[in-house]
Amino acid sequence: MEATQAAPVKYDMEVVRWFTIAAAIYAVVGTLVGVWIASELAWPFLNFDIPYITFGRLRPLHTNAVIFAFGGCVLMATGFYMVQRTGATKLWSNGLAWFTFWGWNLIIVLAVITLPLGITQGKEYAELAWPIDIMIAVVWLSFGLNHIMTVAIRKTSHIYVSNWFTMGMIVMITYLHVVNSLAIPVSLTTSYSIYSGVQDAMIQWWWGHNAVGFFLTGGFLGIMYYFVPKQAGRPVFSYRLSVLHFWALTFGYVWLGAHHLQYTALPDWTGSLGAAVSLAMIIPSWGGAMNGMMTLSGAWDKLRTDYILRFLVVSLAFYAMSTFEGPVMSIKTVNALSHYTDWTIGHVHSGALGWVAMVSFGAIYHMVKKLWNTEMYSDNLVNVHFWLATIGTVVYIVAMWVSGIMQGLMWRDYDEYGALTHTFVESVSEMHPYYAMRVIGGIIFHLGTWIALYNIVMTVRQASGVRGINAVPAKA
Amino acid sequence: MSDHDKIYSTKFQDKIERSTLLMFVVTAIALAIGGIVEIVPLFYLPNTAMGGGDGTYNSTVHKDSKGNVISMDKIVWNPATSAHKTLEDWQPGDGVRPYKPLELAGRAVYIREGCYLCHSQMIRPFRDEKDRYGHYSIAEESMYDHTFQWGSKRTGPDLARVGGKYSDEWHRRHLRYPRDVVPESVMPNFFWLGDEHHKVDVAETVQTMKVMTMMPFNPVPKIIYTEAYINGAKEQLEGKTDLDALIAFLQGLGNHIKFEEGVNYRD
Repeated sequence: MEATQAAPVKYDMEVVRWFTIAAAIYAVVGTLVGVWIASELAWPFLNFDIPYITFGRLRPLHTNAVIFAFGGCVLMATGFYMVQRTGATKLWSNGLAWFTFWGWNLIIVLAVITLPLGITQGKEYAELAWPIDIMIAVVWLSFGLNHIMTVAIRKTSHIYVSNWFTMGMIVMITYLHVVNSLAIPVSLTTSYSIYSGVQDAMIQWWWGHNAVGFFLTGGFLGIMYYFVPKQAGRPVFSYRLSVLHFWALTFGYVWLGAHHLQYTALPDWTGSLGAAVSLAMIIPSWGGAMNGMMTLSGAWDKLRTDYILRFLVVSLAFYAMSTFEGPVMSIKTVNALSHYTDWTIGHVHSGALGWVAMVSFGAIYHMVKKLWNTEMYSDNLVNVHFWLATIGTVVYIVAMWVSGIMQGLMWRDYDEYGALTHTFVESVSEMHPYYAMRVIGGIIFHLGTWIALYNIVMTVRQASGVRGINAVPAKA
Repeated sequence: MSDHDKIYSTKFQDKIERSTLLMFVVTAIALAIGGIVEIVPLFYLPNTAMGGGDGTYNSTVHKDSKGNVISMDKIVWNPATSAHKTLEDWQPGDGVRPYKPLELAGRAVYIREGCYLCHSQMIRPFRDEKDRYGHYSIAEESMYDHTFQWGSKRTGPDLARVGGKYSDEWHRRHLRYPRDVVPESVMPNFFWLGDEHHKVDVAETVQTMKVMTMMPFNPVPKIIYTEAYINGAKEQLEGKTDLDALIAFLQGLGNHIKFEEGVNYRD
């Protein structure tokens, strides 16, 4: 459904360029904070008795930086890129897109200032203070309106599948952000959620899991459905599978949040329902992963030379793996062991590093070449980045699998006299080697982001040196 | 007719793909259903601690081993029926109560420092959790927690029933320099919570109490946070540090209800 246009369209790509560069920078920043807080857990002296950098204050900064700064900029860059190219049209409003860019980055700057100061609402991934929440809503809607209106003015007959996913994300994140953030302010920086206890828990994890489901999965599946076929030079393997993938995910993913609350004070039916739908989600998720993988049929040899394609394919492998692992962890008996442990952290990172970051960098490299109409400064560095990212991710998640399962087993272990075998703190000290191993995995991954940033900056400089950054028309 | 036009899964899908409005509307409906089904009932069903503020709790009934109904007044403190009429008179076991001013200030510190990122406050109904932490948590126990603090990770132990488990002095030493008390701990030092830059914010805590009575769901009843009580809170807060407040908060956790053997508090 790619446009087959006769006359070249002049796209609004400058804002996409800026979002792309911003994403590459935030990848470095977000993973750096991640490495730092992982190190704090391995070697607590690294908190340095400085309130602003203690684990409890920096952890929200890490999650916000990687999800909303890095992930958000990737989604907006690719969202604006894909919607123009698949619709053979310019943006509905280039001015509004710039408002989105500066607004989103202002929010990120405010997050970097407020979170280390301890200004938080205490809801995971929704920590930012209420005035910033209002700004997020405004900027998000500016992105959503622009995207949907650009879809509306497209020159093609059908809406391309990537744009379905992006639209789904736009609607769902709006629902989630508005409902979950409702609070009564105490001051300019403090507020308290209008919900409490059980209701708040359900709403928070409806938000929490669907931020994963629609921001980090749906949005990035939109990326996958555009950039995998583009990079492979093949059409999407199965159109029908993509239809199934989209609607099953759109309808089904929303139900999963309750699986975070198994065996809590929440009524049992809620967690069980969440788990049942979670298991059912394996089918569309794997269908989607297959759809992406099979797109490479007949083009597998390209993996030998095309390092960008490697990012995209390995990201799909991690997508398949973590969408299998997630449902397994939502099964009640497994969840009884895995919940509250590092296994959850490992699962999140197999998704976040292996799937989201890998597919993002695949898309970023692809876009950089197109946006600046050039080759990469160094293809070898792309390959080095690919291996650092892959090895770093694997080291990280293996460390967390081992530590998570160990924690779960130690906590429930009884000795022959019917007493608990281990004190809690024994489980803490046993984790040390794995926490150190996680730091190593994180550093390896983090180094890759520096290489990516360097490579991208050099590519842009090389292209700009020839023609000047603004003079390059984006070619379809 | 070109092949391109024949590629569709169903006619309805084809129609949706051609219309931005239809795509938007159908997607928006599909996305809303799961959340509505899972969230809305929690505001109406029993055992969700959704209080009307007048002592009614969505027909929640806990029954003892003989099948006799346990009065909700034993689960949630009701000054109208309790022998103890004020927050200051309240005794552990009288039922779930709102936070006292210093505890509320401590709760704000707990949230500010991100304690919930490493400590859960939700004990699950397993044998090992009972032995390690105590009776499983029930919905009513977090009904006054505007934003709940159940957490999702136990880098440190659960704190749902930490109240009264250690002395104030233990907490002070442990919070200031955790490794002085527990050598293997990975918790940051929080001695600075007790310094002169970390006095309890009196005005903000008083305002927080007022906000808690304004909540649309599970507000603190105004017969508990009376105007006089809120105004009197300042005296309790003057001169206290964030460390004092945090200890008060921790010491008030989990001892509100007197749990009876043989009662299934989850049904």
